[in-house]
Amino acid sequence: MVREDYEAIIGLEIHVELSTESKMFCSCSARSFGAKPNTFTCPVCLGMPGVLPVINRRAVEDAILVAISLNCSIPEFCQFHRKNYFYPDMPKNYQISQYDYPLGVKGWVEIEVGDQRKKVGIARVHMEEDTGKLIHIGESGRISEADYSLVDFNRAGIPLIEIVTEPVLRTPEEAKEFMKTLRNILLCLGVSDCNMEEGSLRCDANVSVRKKGETSLGVKTEIKNLNSFKALQRGLEYEIERQIKLLESGESVTQETRHFDADRNITTALRTKEEAHDYRYFPDPDLVPLEISSEWVERLRANLPELPQERKKRFQREYGLGSLEAKLLTEEKAWADYFEEVHRLFPQPKIIANWMLTELAALLNQSGLKIDQSAFTPRHLADLLKLLDKKVISGKLAKIIIEESFERGVLPSIIVEEKGLVQISDEVELRKLVEQVIAENPQAVADYKRGKKQAVGYLVGQVMKLTQGKANPQIVVRLLEERLKLS
Amino acid sequence: MISREDVEHIAWLARLELTEEEIEKFTKQLGQILEHAGKIKEVDTRNIKPTSHPWPLKNVFREDVPRESIPLEKALKNAPQKESGAFMVPKIT
Repeated sequence: MVREDYEAIIGLEIHVELSTESKMFCSCSARSFGAKPNTFTCPVCLGMPGVLPVINRRAVEDAILVAISLNCSIPEFCQFHRKNYFYPDMPKNYQISQYDYPLGVKGWVEIEVGDQRKKVGIARVHMEEDTGKLIHIGESGRISEADYSLVDFNRAGIPLIEIVTEPVLRTPEEAKEFMKTLRNILLCLGVSDCNMEEGSLRCDANVSVRKKGETSLGVKTEIKNLNSFKALQRGLEYEIERQIKLLESGESVTQETRHFDADRNITTALRTKEEAHDYRYFPDPDLVPLEISSEWVERLRANLPELPQERKKRFQREYGLGSLEAKLLTEEKAWADYFEEVHRLFPQPKIIANWMLTELAALLNQSGLKIDQSAFTPRHLADLLKLLDKKVISGKLAKIIIEESFERGVLPSIIVEEKGLVQISDEVELRKLVEQVIAENPQAVADYKRGKKQAVGYLVGQVMKLTQGKANPQIVVRLLEERLKLS
Repeated sequence: MISREDVEHIAWLARLELTEEEIEKFTKQLGQILEHAGKIKEVDTRNIKPTSHPWPLKNVFREDVPRESIPLEKALKNAPQKESGAFMVPKIT
């Protein structure tokens, strides 16, 4: 149900696990996903009394890269706070996070939805540590029905960046597009693997609805567990519809935290405490402040890779590609790198774009491989396109060869040689075949003579059949027409 | 000054269960402590930069080099209850 008279106000809160080698405040390895519980811990991340956290320089530099890329300003003074709460996912009973002196503030990211562009404001980017993982033991695995819980602190202390948008997103599509754009930026920076299934990239949303034209905000709910693009879109769609229905039936929305259930495609209220959160933030006395000088920021900025949107603009300018082609080719760094490598070997951008976005994309999709995992490298595609360009093979044949080359990882020119697939352009040879086809298909010839010009197509098909697709179709058409006019 | 409600709230945040007498007593005592600490407000701080740390230190880092963690048995040694290599905690309410 899409209600034209309502609009939604959506803000996202995204957590990104950084792919540093070690944790944020101690030297335990941060590469513990899938490991046995509590085998990547130490007195610091177990919250033992008397230990001292020390900040991971790389994590701070990665966070600065993210803040720069999201066009944030980076205040010189930056500080860590303790966020105090009672929940067994942190052994210290507080999480080291940031409060009123975050790393980055007031940024923006441009997104494209259809042919609309929109600047999405970033309220803040801050650093914190990840929490431990809880396993609820009981029949359903749900917290409310659990008998007890088990805690694994391997994840506790892994560096995390929290990114908070302004409440400027209006539709689930915009929210999804924002997440995709953000993910591509983070992947391009190489600061996180952004694996949503493994929880390296997590998303919560604040949503409210109001009648269009109203200026005050409605009561919002917070939706947790929107941890895939599909979940983000479905969860928001469901929640917006739920809130509109409530308002339409004269009820009101309750401010609460809701959980998205991806199996049932609905959001359900989490049990809420009457008491508002009171985290009692205060500066962590164990950590001295950071002073992020403009020299430091500029040094990092100088090493920034070309980000997807800049690269897209360059692809349009430099290679004369259309906006959509350029966007599709630059969303993922590996695709853009692939394109440029093919272009170095075979400088015909339009043709490369076509083949990458149709044939190659389809083959990758079928095989489930990523473009940089495939044995069909830029050298393979350039080789294929050269054969096509020199008319050694026909377009039809190229489509057969790309499949085999993709499968076996053998260069197209070698496949052509192996199988004798070279296109037949020898007119003497083709003329013989044309004669044969005309002799064997008197009906089609008669049709042609009665003015049924399409009959040529059938005859061309017969020649292709005799040559297993190797005949040069343009020459065959010309020869057939010449011959048919004679007789 | 501190109110009785403040003390009840702080006790709840610290998960402390206080008796009636304790609430009375702590309201008075905490009030006195705050009053005493409040004396610091008498200092003129108009020309002093706010600070959160007494030391003139900043940007203390370690390099991103992983080191070996402690063995599982050691990690779990102080746990009152454990199961399958994990800390066991009571039902979360």
